Amino acid sequence: MSADFLYGIEVVINGLMAGVLYALVALGFVLIFKASGIFNYAQGVMALFAALTLVGIMEGQVPFSHLINAIFGTDLHYFGWTVPALLAIAVTVVIMIFFAWAVQKFVFRHLVGQEPIILFMATIGLAFFLEGVGDLMWGSDIRTIGLGLPQGGSLWIEEATASLGGDDFYGFFLDKLDILATAVAAVLVAALVAFSQYTKQGRAMRAVADDHQAALSVGISLDFIWILVWSIAGFVALVAGVLWGVKSGVQFSLSLIALKALPVLMLGGFTSIPGAIVGGLIIGVGEKLFEYLVGPLVGGATENWFAYVLALIFLVFRPQGLFGEKIIERV
Amino acid sequence: MKIKTLAALALSSALVAGSAAADLVIPDLSYRTGPYAAGGTPVSDGYQDYFNMLNARDGGVGGVPFRIVECETGYNTEKGVECYEATKGEGALIYQPLSTGITYQLIPKVTADNIPLHTMGYGRTSAANGEIFRNVFNYPANYWDAASVAVNYLLDENGGSLDGKTIALVYHNSAYGKEPIRTLEALSEMHGFDFTQIAVDHPGQEQKSQWLQIRRERPDYVLMWGWGVMNQVAVQEAANIGFPMENFIGNWWSGAEHDVTPAGMAADGYKSLNMNRVGDLAVFDDIKTLVHDAGNAAGDGSNLGSVLYTRGMYAAMLAAEAVAKAQEIHGVAEITPAMMRDGMEALEITEERMAELGMAGVGPAFSVSCADHGGSGLGIVQQWDAAAGNWVALTDYIAPDDSVTGPLIAEDSAAFAAENGIEPGCS
Repeated sequence: MSADFLYGIEVVINGLMAGVLYALVALGFVLIFKASGIFNYAQGVMALFAALTLVGIMEGQVPFSHLINAIFGTDLHYFGWTVPALLAIAVTVVIMIFFAWAVQKFVFRHLVGQEPIILFMATIGLAFFLEGVGDLMWGSDIRTIGLGLPQGGSLWIEEATASLGGDDFYGFFLDKLDILATAVAAVLVAALVAFSQYTKQGRAMRAVADDHQAALSVGISLDFIWILVWSIAGFVALVAGVLWGVKSGVQFSLSLIALKALPVLMLGGFTSIPGAIVGGLIIGVGEKLFEYLVGPLVGGATENWFAYVLALIFLVFRPQGLFGEKIIERV
Repeated sequence: MKIKTLAALALSSALVAGSAAADLVIPDLSYRTGPYAAGGTPVSDGYQDYFNMLNARDGGVGGVPFRIVECETGYNTEKGVECYEATKGEGALIYQPLSTGITYQLIPKVTADNIPLHTMGYGRTSAANGEIFRNVFNYPANYWDAASVAVNYLLDENGGSLDGKTIALVYHNSAYGKEPIRTLEALSEMHGFDFTQIAVDHPGQEQKSQWLQIRRERPDYVLMWGWGVMNQVAVQEAANIGFPMENFIGNWWSGAEHDVTPAGMAADGYKSLNMNRVGDLAVFDDIKTLVHDAGNAAGDGSNLGSVLYTRGMYAAMLAAEAVAKAQEIHGVAEITPAMMRDGMEALEITEERMAELGMAGVGPAFSVSCADHGGSGLGIVQQWDAAAGNWVALTDYIAPDDSVTGPLIAEDSAAFAAENGIEPGCS
C-alpha cells in the first residue's frame, strides 16, 4: 500500500481519537440542555475549574491563599501534604456537586420560567464568575496533573504496522493518552446510558427531559433533578479537564475547549448523548482529513473553521442535528 | 453637608493630581487573567518589582519616584487600547503592552500623542527604523533578528551549510506568528534549505494534525513561534512523536519554564532563543530585600529569577535608564513623554553599566539612534535541562544577519511611510 494512503488512514484514526475528546466536552452541554433546556456556556470553564481543583487538592495547595495573604499578611501557599489521586478526585467530585447545588439555589431557581436567552445569559455570567473564582482560589500558574497517565506514541503499534508500507512509511502513530481517552469515554457513555435506563433517578431525569410539567405532576422534584444533572455535567467536565489538561498542563486556556464542542453539538444535536459521540467523531475525522488533504493547498490551520463549516452543512439539511429531536410546532 | 463633601473630594482630587505630576508614571498593561496569564504574570511581576526596588532604594530616578498604573488587558487588543486611553492622561511616559496585536493598534495612537512605545522583542519588526517610527522602539532585538539568529545557530551547528536541510516553522496563526516568515524565506534562498510553514490556530490546544505532518515529513529542524498554550502542547506533541528535542528551537516567547514543565522529562533538550540571560543576578538581592520582604511584591514573589520575570525586569531597567538619559539631556528631573522619547533614542547600554546595576550580562551591550530603534538584535540559544529544572545557555550572544533583515526593514517601513504620508528623517 502506498504511504500516502496509509497516512490517510492514520489521519482518520487520529481524527476519531480527537473526536472522542471533543465529544467528552460536548457531553456536558448535552446533559444540561436535555434536562433543563439551558445552553451552558460555562461548561468549558467548569472543565477548567474541576481540573484546577483536582490539582490544587492533590498538591495540598491552600485555596484563596493570595487573598488570605493579602488580607492577613500571612505567607500561606501549601498545607505541606499531598493527597492521593483517588481521594483528590472524590473531593473534587464533592466540590462539583456543591457547585451544582449552589448554581441551582442561587441562580436558576430564581430564573424558572424565564426565556431561554435569559438562562443562556446567566450561564455567561456564571462562566466569568467561575473563571474569576478559579483564579482567586488556585492562582493562574500552569499546573501539571500528576496522575501518571500514559503519553506518547505507542511504539508497539508503530513497529507492528511499519511493514505495511514502503521505506517512507513509519508505522501508525497512536497516542497512548488518546487510546485511554477513548476507553474512558466509552465507559462514561455506557455508565450514563445505564444510569438513565436502569435507575430511579435516571428515569426521573429522562421524565424531566421529556416534559417538566408532567414530571412535576407525578411528584418528581425539579430542583433535585437539575442538581443531579449539573453534578453529572460537573463530573464529565472533570474527566474532560483532566484528559485535556494532561496534554497542555492545567491552565486557563482549558476553558476554550468549549469552542471545540460547539460544532459537535450543532452536528450531533443538543439533546442526544449518542449524537455528541457520533458528532465528535465526524467532526474529528472531517477536520483532520480536510487539513491533511486541503490544508497544504490553502496555507493550513483549517481545522477551527472547517469544523464549523461541516456542522453548518449538516445543519442545513437537519436543523435539529443528526440525533436531535425534531421540532414540531402544532397550531 | 453634601456641598462640604463635594468640596473635600474636589480638594483631595486636586492634591492627588498635583502629586501625580511629580511622579514618573509608568503604565503596566499587564495580563494576569485569561488564557495567556501564565506568560503575562511573571513579566508584569518583574517589571513592577524593579521600579518598586528603585523607589525603595534610590527614591526613583533623579529623585523622582515611579508610579505604576497597572491595567489588565487580558491579552485582548480592544482592552489594551482601552487601557491606553484610560492611562495616557496620567502623564504616561512609556507603554510596553507585551502584545503584538495591541502594539499594531497603538502605533498610530502613540505617534499622534507623542508617547514612546517600547516593544521589546515583539510588535512590528520594521519599527526598528526610527526615521519612520519615531515613537516606537523595539530594542534590543526583534522577530526578524530572532529568525536570523536561529538560522545562524543552525549554520554553526552544521559546519556553515544548511544546503539540503529542511526547516519547518510551527507558528501561531496570527500577525505575531507570521512575522518571521519573510525573513526565513529570504534565508532559505540564501542558504539553500527547504522551508516549510505549519500554522497552528489560536489557541493551539489541539495540534495533532501539525505534528503528524512533521512526523511524515521529518524535517531536520523545527522552529516555533508560539505563545500561551500553543507552546506547552507543541513541546508535548513533539515528545509524543519522538521528534529529537535538540532539533526543536522555540523563539524567545516559547522558552519559559512553564512552556516545558507540563511535559516533564520528555521536554529535556528542547531549545529556545533568549534575548536576556537568566541566572542569579545581584539585583535580585535588592528586589528580595527591599520589595518582597517589605510586602510590596507585584505578585507572590515566586517568579523571581524565571525567564519571563527577568525579561520584565530587564524591560523596566531599560526604561529606567532611558528616564535617566532623558533627565540628563533636558536637565530636568520631571520629564514629559516627549523627553522620554529623546532619552530612549539616546540610550546606550554598556557591559559596565549592566554590571553596575547588578545585572551583568543580562542583555547585550547596544546603543539606540534615530535611524536604529532596534538595538543590536543579538540573542542566545538556551536548552532545557529537565532533571535540574532550569535553562542552560548554550551559546554566547549570536548576531543576526543584518544584510538580510536590513533590506526587509527598509522595505516594510517605507511601505508604512507611504501609506501614512510620513516623511522619513530625523528631527
